[in-house]
Amino acid sequence: MSPIFASLLTEPVGVFHYIAVGAFLFTCGVLCMATKRNALGVLMGIELVLNGANLNFIAFGSKYLAGGDAPLGLDGPLIALFVIVLAAAEAAVALAIALNFYNNFDSIDIDRAEQLQG
Amino acid sequence: MEEGIYWPTFFFLLSSAVACFFAFMVLVSTNIVRMAFYLVLSLAATSGLFFLAGQDFVGAMQLMIYVGGTLVLLIFGVMLTSQERFVRMHTSGGDWVLSLLVGGGLCAVLVLTALGVPEWQAPERAAVEAIALENTATPIGMGLLGARVDTLSVEDEVQRGGMGGYLLFFEIVSVHLLVVLVGAAYLARAKRKQAVATS
Repeated sequence: MSPIFASLLTEPVGVFHYIAVGAFLFTCGVLCMATKRNALGVLMGIELVLNGANLNFIAFGSKYLAGGDAPLGLDGPLIALFVIVLAAAEAAVALAIALNFYNNFDSIDIDRAEQLQG
Repeated sequence: MEEGIYWPTFFFLLSSAVACFFAFMVLVSTNIVRMAFYLVLSLAATSGLFFLAGQDFVGAMQLMIYVGGTLVLLIFGVMLTSQERFVRMHTSGGDWVLSLLVGGGLCAVLVLTALGVPEWQAPERAAVEAIALENTATPIGMGLLGARVDTLSVEDEVQRGGMGGYLLFFEIVSVHLLVVLVGAAYLARAKRKQAVATS
């Protein structure tokens, strides 16, 4: 077993590991928003982005990842909770708009939403 | 000294692998129904990461609100709009190449920047094991009510002044949620005009 792999299993993880996972989720979400043509696919990308950002708040609010006092303390989990609730609100409104668009245009393809420009 | 496997790290690797793999599957899948299912798995694995960071209350809320509420809403949206021609929507090859270049660059910049900060590296195992387990729901609940119980241990007077409660934010978010849900119900209501026009 190589030393790097061994230390990965016998040592605790730090804030960096959480940030790396969060960065990957964030990138997947951004690309999902950019490449999907289905409006609901774009919405799923937004959920992934919010989740990646939430992971950072949790990581900075955790004592176990800092090995002592957390940089954010209690602010981290509280902001993460607000993000979760606001994501639920955002999903409800976006879904209502998507359903309205689907009823009016008989399509869910966002490339066809050009007529929505003012 | 030979040490055994540190199990939280093992479960971190497991949860993060599941979360990242299914997030990537959401990105590359062309079927909207499968995308919704992969997103459920990815978000559930992320709640595992929250538990492993010691934030069990936020992890439980992630499972209840996100996986149990928001994604059910999304799946209903998929079911309501999934006509045959919209289930599969393909993106052109040029878009894929461009987006993978941009995404790879973005991910590399974020990870390399985080790697350069010494304070964010992994702590010593002994330091982590010395931290006592504690209840996380009580401080969060008190913080939402406007009283920060964790400020009692902070020595610095100035720093303590900046650590306010979250009662105002809690009220704003509550009213926001109410307004948003009323607005969503209004937007998504059944249309009666079309029935009149066709009759």
